[in-house]
Order: sequence, then structure tokens, then C-alpha cells
Amino acid sequence: MQIQHVNVKLLVEKPNEADLEPLIPVFHSWIENQNGDELLIDVADYRHVKAGPGIVLIGHEGNYSVDNTGNRWGLRYNRKAVVEGSNQDRLTQATCAALRACQRLEGEPRLGGKLRFGGREIELFINDRLAAPNTAETHAAADPEFQEFFRKLFAGKEYSISYGSEPRALFTANVKAAQPVTAAELLSALV
Amino acid sequence: MKVSNPLWAERLAGKMPEALAREIDIFETEIALRKQGKIDERLFAETRLRRGTYGQRYDNGQRHNGKTVQRLEYPSGELTKGPNTMWDAPGMQRIKIPAGGLNAEQLETLADLAEEYSDGIAHVTTRQDFQLHYVHIEDTPSVMRRLAAVNITTREACGNSVRNVTACPYAGVCPDEVFDVTPYSRALSKFLLGHPDTQNFGRKFKPSFSGCAQHACGLASMHDLGMVAVTRTENGKEKRGFEVSVGGGLGAVPYQAKLFDSFVPPEELLPLAQAVSRVFAARGEKKNRSRARIKFLVQDLGIEKFKELVLEERKSLPHDPRWTDYVKDAEQFHEAPLRPAGKPPLLGTESFQRWVKTNTRPQKQEGYAVVTIALPLGDITANQLRALADIARRFTKETIRSTVEQNLVLRWVSQSDLAELHKALEAVGLGDAGAGTILDVAACPGTDTCKLGISSSRGLAAELRKRLEEKNYELDECVQNLHIKISGCFNSCGQHHVADLGFYGVSRKMSGYAVPHFQVVLGGEWEHNGASYGLPVIAIPSKNIPEVVARLTERYAASRKNGEGFKGFVTRTGKVELKKMLEDLARPPADSSDRFFFQDWGDPREYTLSDLGVGECAGEVVSSVEFDLAAAERELFEAQVAWEGGQIEQAGKTAYRSMVQAAKALVKIEASTIADDPALIVGEFRTRFYDTQKFFDPFAGGKFAHYLFAAHEKAGEPHTADSTRYLIDEAQLFIDAAHSCYNRIAAPAIA
Repeated sequence: MQIQHVNVKLLVEKPNEADLEPLIPVFHSWIENQNGDELLIDVADYRHVKAGPGIVLIGHEGNYSVDNTGNRWGLRYNRKAVVEGSNQDRLTQATCAALRACQRLEGEPRLGGKLRFGGREIELFINDRLAAPNTAETHAAADPEFQEFFRKLFAGKEYSISYGSEPRALFTANVKAAQPVTAAELLSALV
Repeated sequence: MKVSNPLWAERLAGKMPEALAREIDIFETEIALRKQGKIDERLFAETRLRRGTYGQRYDNGQRHNGKTVQRLEYPSGELTKGPNTMWDAPGMQRIKIPAGGLNAEQLETLADLAEEYSDGIAHVTTRQDFQLHYVHIEDTPSVMRRLAAVNITTREACGNSVRNVTACPYAGVCPDEVFDVTPYSRALSKFLLGHPDTQNFGRKFKPSFSGCAQHACGLASMHDLGMVAVTRTENGKEKRGFEVSVGGGLGAVPYQAKLFDSFVPPEELLPLAQAVSRVFAARGEKKNRSRARIKFLVQDLGIEKFKELVLEERKSLPHDPRWTDYVKDAEQFHEAPLRPAGKPPLLGTESFQRWVKTNTRPQKQEGYAVVTIALPLGDITANQLRALADIARRFTKETIRSTVEQNLVLRWVSQSDLAELHKALEAVGLGDAGAGTILDVAACPGTDTCKLGISSSRGLAAELRKRLEEKNYELDECVQNLHIKISGCFNSCGQHHVADLGFYGVSRKMSGYAVPHFQVVLGGEWEHNGASYGLPVIAIPSKNIPEVVARLTERYAASRKNGEGFKGFVTRTGKVELKKMLEDLARPPADSSDRFFFQDWGDPREYTLSDLGVGECAGEVVSSVEFDLAAAERELFEAQVAWEGGQIEQAGKTAYRSMVQAAKALVKIEASTIADDPALIVGEFRTRFYDTQKFFDPFAGGKFAHYLFAAHEKAGEPHTADSTRYLIDEAQLFIDAAHSCYNRIAAPAIA
């Protein structure tokens, strides 16, 4: 199975304190600076929609959003372009992109430290229903890849994975570490 | 972009209607040809527009960051999908929903597409379409296939074509309607889709149906072709028909449609629309885009002359059984409920009671209600669409419609289910009250995604919504019932002309800087099918528009006389006084270092017009000859692919067909109705283009025509790998020569 279009979501620690208004100029400045390896294009504001994508930074290779899908605020990276290499390379790419974005937002003075992300719980989606329908077959094929990846990500620490069961939803894994872990620690395990 | 793109055709084989599947295959081939530079960018632009695939802001590879214009380096470099439109730039996919009719499976598909190819949001437009934004051109065939598998097409959703045929979303259940227009609107939509007589327009063409004259729902008066249900008695029997109007439209200068006929029976409706299409195609402006809508033709000719031409054309139309085949079924058409009729709830929470008041209306069928799901700014998430599909299955027989107010309605809800239904909607964030009230602000995409946007219509709409929500229940009832509609520019996609309070984006200089403004348009009439248009009063900086709304609504509530409507208030108060009321808000800020006014709503960048692009609403004027020649090219490409795959017989036949197609393209210049008969086409080609030497190349003379004649003589004989290879080469030379011939013929006209 080829895992592509990986989405990674890290949850906001204190969602009640999060204010998305200052995030808009921050995302605009990311476009202005274009200092990553992805082309960033536009900012879409969906704050008016309940449990929606929040504020989305549209990119060519991937989108970044502070998103409230499922009524869970989090930083979501949605990889749109195909990534060459192995499944582990693709899981690593998307997770690193999400973690780096979290770090960047946490260090952003305009956000006043109000947007912080925990590494303890991660949602992972495969955004392609044909390549990865939410079925037992996909589960059987993807689970070993996910296990291998999360062993590396959590650097031997204990964690648990559960998979979503709604057949219409994207293939989704929810991963929880037994102990608190920071974005920096997770990133250092991958790079 | 998606790794699964090559797999959808096979996965959905047999699930898509054959004709749709074939069209999408063709479009995919055209995408491949454009990538190889084998289709001209202008032609490809119109081709994709006719598939509903539109450009978006920043697709010219530039974006102003508030200080300077920044280049966006898309990975495909200089490859374009239209003039000045970069290949990789995200685009918009418009999805036609005739009469707004949807079922649960279609909602689920829209949800999946929004999630996988867009940004998780599906957007309902002011013409009952859906739109997905930020879609990559190479994903569009997969999007189209998945839609086709649930019987939705994107064909002719944009471009110079017949756009979505809209209809009153309450058709069939409205107590005030004359009869249910749904089956008639569907029949017209199906009939005109891809019809040869609708392929050569200079601009778009929008039909609409309404079940009555008094309500707004169909907005027939502001459409290119508007149909309002009427009846008359013939031989003691009630006969259905339509009051047909033509030449309405909004845009910079709005036109009210002119009455064409006060009674057109159903069996004459389709041929009449066909005849109107023919006159528009033949007589409508093609070069000057700003005068190419049918409203200008009607205006220039006068309705009587226009009518005369249409009726003449009608007489000459060859009979088509589709004109009447549908009529009997249409008369029998009806929807059914899932649950037994019930009694309206007497009790409930305050929020439920408010919701019942604004978001439900009784049907003409006792015990049932129509429920409106108010979508903020027309947006709905993928998860909400799936939840709504479940709700529709649970409470109705999936009787869902989209509305021109950018909402969705569920019809045939048992009155006794309303409380449970509201609970289910609230659980997924869709249970808000306020549908059809001042909170329910309609807005086009504006500067968010539209290349023509001047001001942020959605940003303003979101801000107004937020402020009005805060004090909604304090507002006078007469204010709560007002309509606000916002367009990002003068093109009126937000339908600001027919709102009580309409706004459209303009730009003004203040203290030497560009400042986003909105022109305030007051007193338009939403009722009576959008019967009259508002009065432009004054341009006000965007950031002062909430104050404009506050002042006007307060004054209206305070000075209203005898239940006067907002239009009456505007007329009575007069433009001079209204302007005086707002004038101070138009002045530049005292302190120009306060940048608040120099930014638009929801956008922190310093305001600029630098991001304005060339609109694609008008499409590209591409003649039908160019389309036909492109089709010949495509067939030849398919022949090459078949040859390379070892399918020699198929390759030979396809190559021959491509030559006949190219010959037909030329013949159609002189004989537009030529039948699809190869012998006839080759004969006509010989007489009209070979014998007259019009086809002759300055150097090769008639050589390339002989390739066609030879291929035609041998048609039906078996092909070998070698003979097919030669035939493919000859076909290429013949098609190239056909292009040259067309260019020679068309050149004087262009000059």
C-alpha cells in the first residue's frame, strides 16, 4: 500500500484561550516570506463555520490550518502533492511539517503564547478515499507502517493507536502517548 | 495531484452515465494535450470553463503582499491553463445543481470532494450551484467522475454557455405556487445541456423558473430567460403554461427582463428556448464582451423585433421529440414524504421557537414543513454535509434543495418531527435560526478567491453577521426581515441590486492611498421575482459599512409609516436625504496613520488593486470551428495512443474519424446544420473547399485534401500497422491544413 496525502493534526492545548484573529496576519507573513520548501499562496478564513477548518493557509504542496474539525482545535497539515520515497518518508514529511508549523506558531510573538500545541495526542489521516478507504484491508496494510513510524516518533516511549470506524470518514489513526511529550521532542526523533 | 487520479475512471466504470464518462475522458485528454502544448491556451481556457473549471485569484502567478507584488513560483513554471493563468494555480470547480435538487448520496459525494480536493468547505452560490475552491486542474477529472457517478455534471457550469437552470426551492410544496415547476426546469436543463444550438454564444445564458409571480424565490425577472408558472382555461380545462420573459440580468447595469409571451404551453417551452438560443448565437455580440449578454441584444433590437426573429427561427426548427416527450411525466411529477403528516410543536426551548419562526414554513400539504438550513456565507463543511445526508434520510425521502440565498432546504418534514430535526441539526452546528432574515447575509466570493473582486464581500458579510447576531433579538421586527446582499465588484454575483441593503465593491483614493469601499445600493425588491432594482446612493469605506447598516436600519425602524417596506422608506426619504445621512462616513479618516481604513475586512494587508486579474466569467470567445478542430486533434491523439497500444484497427478508424471531424468543422462554416454523415461531409467538403480551392495551401495546393479523399475511399477496409501509421501522419497534416484554411478564412473578419 502506498500511503500518500498524509494529514497530521496536533491539538491545541488550551482551546478556550485560542484567538484566531491574530493568526491571519501571521499566515499572511508566511506567504510573504516563503521561507520553507513549499509554495504558500493564500489564506482562507472560515471562522464563521462551526467545527470547520478555521483559518487555512493554502499552499501548493500542502495546506496548514488551525482547524476545529470534529470540534477539536488543532494545527493540521494536509499534504496535497505526492511525496516520493517510502511510506515512512511520507509519514515523516507530513509529521515534520506539522511539528515545525506548531513550533513556528508557538514562537510567534504576535500570538502572545496563546496558541500552544501538545504532542501527546496526534490525529493522522490519509486524505484519499480510493487509495485508502476506511476499511479493514486498509487497516491491515497501514497499521504496520504506522506502528513503525510511531515507535520512531515516540522514541521508545509507550503509546496507543486507535483507528476510526466510520466507513465514510477518511482513514484515521488517533495516537496517544502515555506520557506528555513536546513538539520539539517529537521533531528531534524524526530529524 | 492525487495519487489515485489515474484509478477513478476504472473504479467508476459502469456507474457513470456513458455520455458523461466519455465527456470527462475527453476533458482529461485535453488536459494532457495542453500539458504537451498541443492545445492553444485560449481554447483550453474556454474548454475548461465549459466544464465548470474556473480560475481563481493569484492564478497569474502574482500576489500583492501589502507592500509589493510578489511572484508565486508555481512548480510547473510557465505552463498555463489559459491566458495569464498558471497551470498549478489553485482554481474553482463549479458544480451545476439544476433546480437546486440534491439527494443524500450527492451530499456525501460533495463532502468527500470538499475534503479530498478542496479545503474542507463546499460553497453554495447565489444560483444554486456548489463551488469547491483551491482545486488543482489535474484533479478535476476525478472530481467530475465522482460527481458523474451520482448523476451530477459540471458541464457548462461556466463559460459562454447555458448555466445552471435555477428554480424556486419551494416548488411543489409552496402554498402560493401555481404549479410545481421542478420537472419543467429539469427538462429544459437536460435539453439545453450540450445542445448544438447553445455552443456558440458570445456570453453566458441563465434561465430560471418560478412557481408564482409574487415571491422572490425564482428571481425570474433578472434572468436571461425567466419562466413564471401560469395557467389558463382552454375548453373548460385548466392548462399549464409559462409567462416567459427574456433579457433580464444584473451586472454593472441591471436590466429587467422583457415580457416575451404571457402564456407558453409546456410543449412549446423547449423549442422556444432553442429558438431563443439560436437567435442569441447568431445575432448576439461576440467581440465586445461587455455588450454580449442577451439583454443587450433584446435592448438593441427591441422586444418586438427580437420576438419576431425568435418566432421565425421557431418555425424553421426541425421537430425534436424531446420537446414533448417529458410533458406527460411532468404533469404527474410529485415528491413523497417519508413520515406521516404531523402537528406543529407547541412547546420547545427559546432557540427552538426562534428557529421554527425563521427557518421553517408550512407546506401546502398539511402537516409538513420546509426547513431551511442557514449556511453562513453559503459555506458548509464536509462533516456537516455527511451529517445532513443522514438527517435527510432519517426525516425525509432525501428531498433537499439549494437556494439562491445560499442555503439548503429540507422539504417534506413532518411537523411533528421538527423538534427532533432541530436537535439533530444543532448537534452538527446547522441549527441556527435567522434564515431569510437580516442575519442571512448573501455574498459572492469577492476578493477571497475571485479574480475580479475589488472589496472583500465575504469579509464584510462575516463582520455584519457577527455584529447583527449580537443584537439581533433587540432589532425591530421590520429590520429583522430585511435582506443584505454583497458583491465584491459591480458584476453583481452577490445580487446586491435586489436587496433592501445592497453593497458592491469599489475602490477610492483617500490621503493618497487606495481604500476599499462599497457602493451603497438601497431599496431593491427581492419579492416579485426581483422586480425592481435598488438605488446607488454613495460609496463608503468598507470599514464604515457596519455603521451604514446601523444608521439606516435605526432610521427605518424609527420613521416607518403604516407598515411601510424598506423600498417605500427609501423612496419616501429620497436619495438626497439618504446621502446626507451617510456623507460623514464617506470622509477619509482624520489620521491617515491609522491603517484600519486602508485594510479590508479579514485581510491585514495594505489594500491594493494589484491583485485584480482578468475575469473568466465572460469566457473566451472561441468559435465552434475551433472547438471542432480541437475535437479532431483530440481524436487523432486517441488514434496515436491506440496505435502505440497495438490497437491497430481502432487506431485506423479513429484517425479517419479525426479527418472527417476536421472536414466537418470547415463545412459547418458554410452549412451549419450538416449531418454527421461521413459521405455527406466529404462530398460537401469537396464541393465547398476543394473545388473552390479555398482549402488549398499556398505551397502544397490541394495535396492534403487528397489524404481525406483517399482515407474516405478506403474506409471500412482492414488496417495494418504500417497503413495506420501513414494514415495518422496524413490525418495530422490534413488537420493542420484545416487549421490554416480556417485561419485564412477568419483572418479578414478578425482584422
